[in-house]
Amino acid sequence: MRVFLALLRRDLGLLMPGGSGGSGVLPLLFFLAVAMLYPFAVGPDAALLARTGGGVIWVAALLAAILPLERLVSGDLEAGVFDQLHLRGVSEELAMVVRLIAHWLAFAPLLLVATLPAAALLGLSGETTEIVLLGLLAGTPGLAAVGLAVGALTASLRGGAALAGLMVIPLAVPILIFGAGALSRPDSSGILLTTAISLALCALAPLAAAAALRAARES
Amino acid sequence: MQAQLIANDIACRRGDRLLFRELTLACKAGDAVHVAGANGVGKSSLLRIIAGLLRPFSGTVETSGAIGLVDERLALDPNQPLGKALGFWEQLDGADQPARIHDLLQIEALLDVPVRFLSTGQKKRAALARLLSCSCPIWLLDEPLNGLDTEAQRTVETLVAQHCESGGIAVVASHQQISLPGTRTVSIGDFA
Repeated sequence: MRVFLALLRRDLGLLMPGGSGGSGVLPLLFFLAVAMLYPFAVGPDAALLARTGGGVIWVAALLAAILPLERLVSGDLEAGVFDQLHLRGVSEELAMVVRLIAHWLAFAPLLLVATLPAAALLGLSGETTEIVLLGLLAGTPGLAAVGLAVGALTASLRGGAALAGLMVIPLAVPILIFGAGALSRPDSSGILLTTAISLALCALAPLAAAAALRAARES
Repeated sequence: MQAQLIANDIACRRGDRLLFRELTLACKAGDAVHVAGANGVGKSSLLRIIAGLLRPFSGTVETSGAIGLVDERLALDPNQPLGKALGFWEQLDGADQPARIHDLLQIEALLDVPVRFLSTGQKKRAALARLLSCSCPIWLLDEPLNGLDTEAQRTVETLVAQHCESGGIAVVASHQQISLPGTRTVSIGDFA
């Protein structure tokens, strides 16, 4: 528990906006920029914006989740942090679980807050905004998990960041389908399915990421 | 429990090349071993194999006692001040006297400086401070003298000697001469 808390404090210090290793508020600004540009691109048709805006927010959130991946794992891998943790008996799995929590805390709550101005820019109704918020709350842990696994897989590659972006997209498609799909369904089944996918991804991603770290050592 | 390190019939392959084979190394408490050899013969790989970070191509490694490794990778966040970056490891290792270690390695004046601004020698001293704070019985030092001035080199030699006197094991990979009492030298070139 002491190790868990020490790791969490370090990772939060690195990844939170204003921290030394994360990408700060850039994903947030990117997210808002997409929501701002969309009405310029499709025109001021309020009905069209309200109908498609929820999906645009989802796509923007998915793309914004890719931005922090470049330094999520690679910096510490290069610096040998995971080697030193391994020597102290801290498993890669534990390190990755902590990193997943810190990564989610660093981008998801701010993203949810930014969804409100984004929804206002797109003229979404209160009801739609609520479904988008619930969907993002259910889906962002899954996005963070996919991002962590992909970030760890590409950490030891040169130009891994661009590859990471391409690898996240197909893996995140189920979250997008059910999360954004919840907007066009009268019941809450979409949100529940998004939650289920998120939980499964959160359970698997630390294992995959830890295996990737160990494989990177041998290369 | 006494510290012990037995590497049995180790072979190391990197890519298509067999770097060394049939290397056997047995250390008991108090031993210091100098691993010598030219660049690229596999000194660092041997240390990583002993540390359990690299799988040997064949052979086995048995160790009893915690392992502390100092290599060219600092494991300190370059953007953080040194004190904060070291503090994480000191907290994790439950270091009891971090101030004494900082004083010993003369880094107390650098604790406010971000790690990326430190010179090679200062970074090396920071890594040694991390090693001291973990109080591990087995030390694996990869080129510990690189970038250090003469005075700091003497300090390192003294530290290693003290460590071995108090029942620790030190395996030092270096292409430089390092004067330690009662050191064995293993030349990796002989096992190529």
